[in-house]
Amino acid sequence: MENKLIGSSSPHIRSDETTQKLMLDVIIGLTPALAASIFYFGFNSLILLVASVVAAVVTEYLCERAMGRAITVTDLSAVVTGILLAFNLPASAPWWVAVVGAAFAIAVVKQVFGGLGFNFLNPALAGRAFLMASWSTHMTTGFINPVTDVVASATPLAILKGTATGTLPSVMDMLLGNIPGVIGETSAILLLIGGIYLIYRGTIKWIIPVVYIGTVAVIALVVDGGGMLLYHLFGGGLMLGAFFMATDYSTSPVTDKGKVIFAVGAGVLTMLIRKVGGYPEGVSYSILLMNILTPMIDKYVTPKVFGVAGGVKNEK
Amino acid sequence: MSTKLFTFKGGVHPPQNKTFTQNVPIENAVDPKIVVIPLSQHIGAPCDPLVAVGDTVKVGQKIGESKAFVSVPVHSSVSGTVKKIEQHQVPGGSKVNCIIIESDGKFEVHESVQPKGNLESLSKDEILSIIKEAGMAGMGGAAFPTHVKLAPPKDKVIDVLLVNGAECEPYLTADHRIMLEKPELVILGIKAIKKALGVEKCYIAIEKNKPDAIEMLQKLAEGEDGIEVCPMEVKYPQGDEKRIINAITGRIVPSGGLPMEVGCVVENVGTVATIGNVFMTGMPAVQRVVTVSGSAVKNPKNIYVRIGTLFKDVIEQCGGYSEEPGKILNGGPMMGIAQFTDEVPVVKGTSGILVFNKKDAQIPEPSNCILCGRCVEACPVYLQPYKISRFSILKKFDEADELHGADCIECGGCSYVCPAKRPLKETISIAKKEILTRRKKAK
Repeated sequence: MENKLIGSSSPHIRSDETTQKLMLDVIIGLTPALAASIFYFGFNSLILLVASVVAAVVTEYLCERAMGRAITVTDLSAVVTGILLAFNLPASAPWWVAVVGAAFAIAVVKQVFGGLGFNFLNPALAGRAFLMASWSTHMTTGFINPVTDVVASATPLAILKGTATGTLPSVMDMLLGNIPGVIGETSAILLLIGGIYLIYRGTIKWIIPVVYIGTVAVIALVVDGGGMLLYHLFGGGLMLGAFFMATDYSTSPVTDKGKVIFAVGAGVLTMLIRKVGGYPEGVSYSILLMNILTPMIDKYVTPKVFGVAGGVKNEK
Repeated sequence: MSTKLFTFKGGVHPPQNKTFTQNVPIENAVDPKIVVIPLSQHIGAPCDPLVAVGDTVKVGQKIGESKAFVSVPVHSSVSGTVKKIEQHQVPGGSKVNCIIIESDGKFEVHESVQPKGNLESLSKDEILSIIKEAGMAGMGGAAFPTHVKLAPPKDKVIDVLLVNGAECEPYLTADHRIMLEKPELVILGIKAIKKALGVEKCYIAIEKNKPDAIEMLQKLAEGEDGIEVCPMEVKYPQGDEKRIINAITGRIVPSGGLPMEVGCVVENVGTVATIGNVFMTGMPAVQRVVTVSGSAVKNPKNIYVRIGTLFKDVIEQCGGYSEEPGKILNGGPMMGIAQFTDEVPVVKGTSGILVFNKKDAQIPEPSNCILCGRCVEACPVYLQPYKISRFSILKKFDEADELHGADCIECGGCSYVCPAKRPLKETISIAKKEILTRRKKAK
């Protein structure tokens, strides 16, 4: 029997948590908002979602084949990227925009840098940024008002900013998602439910969403007063960004302290863009900017090793 | 029972799997026909044999000894004839010189085995010498010579003795059963160690998943001076000595240092009970309680085994393999060492023999690190396992050193929680070894 025993280094047991299960949890967390996007924005929303997910998965497969890497499409991370990219599109965007965006996100942002875990930007957000730069008309003017089903109506944040005219929706409509916006961001309540599910499951920690939203809330209160607070919180992409984008493992800090810095930074940048910058919404760019800072945060914000006096280096 | 639970920050919660054996009373082992007694079962200098092939020996007879301070003698666990003295595979993974004895089945006890008399009548030095002569080495797994721990340099003042009954490794219940069935030996052992160390205060650390053991020892401790039972949170690696010291006394053992630097000595409860037995009966460390469990063992048990009994004989007593074994471990599943044969002897540090079936023995395929941070949260030393592992794989050992890779206690919590199934502990161990070798060379 000697040769049949497996010899390996300890530990000899592993938790049953896998990358795939974590990604599946994220997909489950996104499902309520996904259903809402189809409910509010109709069939084209479904087309965008399918096109984006299929493009993401196929691109991942092709890249890995081409680069001679192990095929990892079953880890479901490309599905998550596909859903999140579609969530960032206006309902009237043509399907090929979703395909190009998802392919860019996977091929250029993720696979070129080494695949899952090695990308330094959130693929879906970087894909969105790429689409904004390339087809800004499709990305910024194709919003649909679910109530009237009219194209090109202004988002609450655009009205707030003064770059578009219109009347602000009711708070209830905003919570439910009955407002214009990209297809995945509008239903604050369903995103919140999905986010709380992820925190409950331990898939994500509460720190980034709570601190991020909290920072935005505090600045909004100070700058715009209480009247506009709920519009800042629920009128744009903050819920989607805070729970599902800023918490991306690979592109957010590892330590709790690092997460706080990341979230405060994202909150400040979001409000800076909304109030001072050129765009009405700043969630995605602020997260991307903090993504870039994340390796630095992870380098310098580290836990204090047990039994090591502060700052003392090993004598070599 | 006190509601206050002692614990540490970090750690993991693997399934405990103790129910197979926690209520199974300790059973005496079937008498072995052959024992293989390694001349090195401890950390430190190996022993030289005191017997030659053909000699007859008795139970408790000293058969190996070294002149070095950091070493303990070995004794025969049977009576019979020395058949061979040769290199033999041991559970630690290497081959060491072993004395192979064929039992005559009589178990005649050697004349030197005599009760050691009243503790009150013994001096500190006498107690230390009895402990050394009995071959005592830590029975929790590390097998560090006990008398060395109990005789710290003059400038280190020890004021606390901690008895480690946490038994945080899944499956293992040997210490649990010892505390339940031999609590008076635990108390006697504590008294001997307290006297040897000259300390007033002793804490017994027990995870709260052993309420019967906590209650049992609390009852006995009531009548004693300076012995207190501390229920611990159920968390791995609660039984790591530096975690226990920190949890109970709040003291922090400095990086690279030993418990004595903060005035503490930690002894495994099985070691303490064996020391109790040494003073009660005079019998040196020739037997120990071993938990035999795992998915491929027919009847999991706690067995009082003679040192040197081969794993396969012990497993045989548990009904043998219930299915084809995939992995055999010396110790628990988190830190145990995988064996490539079942013909290795039980040694002083063998707390458990676990046999996994083919399915449980499978090692999952690793995938990319997703930077989820679970390893950082799990690390009881507050290291960043994912980074140190990455540097180790890249052979950047200086970088691994800067991140204190050498402070890793190799508990395996990081590898356990990793969703990408990366071999974190394995690679960090490699870095640790390399860092320590480099430091030695630099000196």
